[in-house]
Amino acid sequence: MDILTLFVIIPVLTIVALVFTKGLKQARLVSMVGSIIQLGMAINLVFAYFKERAINKEIMVFTKDYVWFEQFNIHYTIGVDGISVALLLLTAIIVLAGVFISWKIADLPKEFFISLLVLASGVYGFFISLDLFTMFVFYEIAVIPMYLLIGIWGSGPKEYSAMKLTLMLMGASAVLLVGVLGIYFNSNADGGTLTFNILEIAQVNIPFEAQKLFFPLTFVGFAVLGALFPFHTWSPDGHASAPTAVSMLHAGVLMKLGGYGIFRIAMFLLPAGAMHWSWFFIILAAIGVVYGAFGAIRQTDLKYINAYASVSHLGLVLFALLTLNKIAWNGAILQSLSHGLLTALFFALIGMIYGRTHTRDISKLGGMMKILPFIGAIYVITGLAYLGLPGFSGFVAEMNIFVGAFQNPDKFQRILTVLVVSSIVITAVYILRLVGKIMMGPLVTNDCENLPKATWYEKTGILLLLIPIIGMGVAPLWLSDMLLESIQPFIQGVL
Amino acid sequence: MNFSNFLLMRQEILLLTITLLLLVSEIFISKSKKSSLVHLAIFLFGIHTAVGFFHIDECSIFGGSFQTNNLIHFFKNVLNIGVFILLLQSADWIEEKIVGENRGTEFFILLFSSLLGMYFMISAGDFLMFYIGLELSTLPIAALAAYETTKRISSEAGIKLILSAALASGVSLFGISFLYATSGSIFFHDIIEVIVSNNLTILGFILFFAGLSFKISLVPFHFWTADVYEGAPISVSSYLSVISKGAAVFILMILMFTIFKPLIHVWENLVYVVALATMFIGNLFALRQQNMKRFLAFSSIAQAGFILLGLITGTQLGTATIVYFVMIYIFSNLAAFGVVQAISLKTGKENMDDYNGLYRTNPNLSLVMMLALFSLAGIPPVAGFFGKFFLFTAAASKGYYLLVFLAVVNVTISLYYYLLVVRAMFIRKNENPIPFFKNKLYMKLGLLITVIGILALGLYSPLYDYIYELSAAFN
Repeated sequence: MDILTLFVIIPVLTIVALVFTKGLKQARLVSMVGSIIQLGMAINLVFAYFKERAINKEIMVFTKDYVWFEQFNIHYTIGVDGISVALLLLTAIIVLAGVFISWKIADLPKEFFISLLVLASGVYGFFISLDLFTMFVFYEIAVIPMYLLIGIWGSGPKEYSAMKLTLMLMGASAVLLVGVLGIYFNSNADGGTLTFNILEIAQVNIPFEAQKLFFPLTFVGFAVLGALFPFHTWSPDGHASAPTAVSMLHAGVLMKLGGYGIFRIAMFLLPAGAMHWSWFFIILAAIGVVYGAFGAIRQTDLKYINAYASVSHLGLVLFALLTLNKIAWNGAILQSLSHGLLTALFFALIGMIYGRTHTRDISKLGGMMKILPFIGAIYVITGLAYLGLPGFSGFVAEMNIFVGAFQNPDKFQRILTVLVVSSIVITAVYILRLVGKIMMGPLVTNDCENLPKATWYEKTGILLLLIPIIGMGVAPLWLSDMLLESIQPFIQGVL
Repeated sequence: MNFSNFLLMRQEILLLTITLLLLVSEIFISKSKKSSLVHLAIFLFGIHTAVGFFHIDECSIFGGSFQTNNLIHFFKNVLNIGVFILLLQSADWIEEKIVGENRGTEFFILLFSSLLGMYFMISAGDFLMFYIGLELSTLPIAALAAYETTKRISSEAGIKLILSAALASGVSLFGISFLYATSGSIFFHDIIEVIVSNNLTILGFILFFAGLSFKISLVPFHFWTADVYEGAPISVSSYLSVISKGAAVFILMILMFTIFKPLIHVWENLVYVVALATMFIGNLFALRQQNMKRFLAFSSIAQAGFILLGLITGTQLGTATIVYFVMIYIFSNLAAFGVVQAISLKTGKENMDDYNGLYRTNPNLSLVMMLALFSLAGIPPVAGFFGKFFLFTAAASKGYYLLVFLAVVNVTISLYYYLLVVRAMFIRKNENPIPFFKNKLYMKLGLLITVIGILALGLYSPLYDYIYELSAAFN
């Protein structure tokens, strides 16, 4: 079995094992073992990748190709470059952390972990696919478990949120389907055969008229998942209703599928379409960045704050991608990774606070630092990392994005960049206010004076996420080298 | 008389033999063991299904009025498997409600006659044989729909079905007469050679199409569907929605891709409009249904709209995709109807609200239902996704991107109401949920086969390539 397909096989095997478990203890043990194996594989893949990259200069390495539906030239083609390796590692970390955070899930534990792992296998499969059809299949596999995860284990208006999220994302994937078919039927423009293979299509000059038509479909199809304004509305509701681990996976990993898909498919395969349309979508992305940040200021629910912050931060990813600049692209990928870890950590902490105080309303919280020193301290660190303090991952990512975006001499883009940079300040406003109020502020009620301290599984989950955040911030070079090297062939294709 | 001719239609003859065997078997079955009739019927039909897998040569016999080839043969096998699953799923119902009243034999005879009619319909080589097959397949179903004689709603369903069906076949026949007037023959192979696009042929075609649209329940000929599905016994609704619809789609496709091929510039537009109307109306009406049978009725109308996306192509790709989709659709819909039947038989409950909290008490049934609905909605990795994706690919291959776009909008709408059922089963709580019950062996087997089909048909890709090869026969 090749090293990449294992990423799909292991979650599937874990699911099969889970079917035979009874009760919470067995279920969480099996899922933990499965997720640890995945993390091990992901770390192993990073080293294997460096070794392979030294001798193999292809765009993608570890490629494998199996024919699936011969008639449509559909293959199961897989392969990775530095970007997918990094995202696979991110996924493995967040899945394991998610399992730890859900250690005490009470209702239907077996089903919960199964759904979680179905989602994970879809995400892994998406990141390793090099075939449009396979990619699309995994994309939908990753989205649909969200319905059950939010609907069954969620809180608040969970039925509404689950339905809204699922319909918007599946609607987006429906739009994407038209884009994918459009690319497929133009993949023989140079006289070859029709193909779904991404690398082969990239060699074809798809006619400009077709690119103009199908780029928006493909872009929007993915961008809804990346919370592009005005298609972001599923995200705050979905996050607020979802259980902790699901918010983590969703904001941390699933939303990254959007940016990755835009980068890998929409921009790479339809470069002329991207050039033609970028001015329009970049405005939307810039609005999203600023709007998300302002939205976060006005919220009083911790999860809503984070959800809007995600809209803003992921808007930055889309913005960076649309600037069509190498450094900005590097920043976009870094931001994806950094935001994935940070948001997951934030949601984990919110889950812990909510689990103890039973409220997420900031007006009812205060003085947490005194009562819950460990959680409080980590919360402050995360907040600072979130607003882009040097030494953490957020700074590296945002720096790259803004430097890259400003490099372009185009006035229109520079004005937008300046606007977007302002989001940093707004982010600082809501993060600092939040930290000041709920961590440092006075105790609001007396009934939460004696709250249980953080447990070992919570601490493990937190550290799993915190270490890479600091790692990325302190030593970003190995990572950004790996990414830049992989961005190179793409930027050549587009510009 | 060359008797080897009869060997070529051995599927029909075997089915006829089984029907007659069941007719006389009643004499030999003692009154105390009446349920053995059900076992006998399932056993005999199982043998028939298995025998169907032996190869039959391509042929055209009886002066060309009966023809068969590998694709037709394959499709008959698909219908056989569908009916076999249906028998397994309805065995309990037949045993409890039908055999007890001494009406078991008739049920099987009517069911198998209708299937025999479908065999003749899809194997027809001229319009006469086609018409006889059409009638033979429809009339017994009307009797079956009214089979629960104690229920008023069942009789109503029977009457509605027979009236609509009679009107539909009349309209079809009227269309056929126009075609005969312009071409001077009722044989397909003669008509292919002389057919030209003129007003009379076009009118004939449209009337013919309208007649068959009744059977497939395409908008605007869908009005009977929901009422009949609701009133008829679930086995019969299930039969109507998968077997009967599948066979009608198949013959319509064959005729449109062969003898009506010169009219493609006309029927392209017709199919385009009908497909859109069928998808939108089917889906929008399904949104607010509470009764599971009505719900599945509108869902099956919408599915017929999706099938038209393959029909619009007029190519080998279209043929293969339609056959593939119909096959998957048969498995998915049978699974959904199977669960509805199991629950209805044990508890008599048929409303969506009754399904609230079903997962907590009957997890296996809920999972089967969820798989079936996901397959109908087209969510990977279950088979329905592949069927729909290929239908869209077929339509896009002819450049109908707008149609594909509107179809995927419909997929999203349909996802909403399929998820409503999932929501009821998995998310909603219920004060007095449907209690846990065990299904009998036949029902379990019937559901198991559908689940295997739903999971395997999509992932096992050589099957599609095989169908594609067979489809060359009609293009």
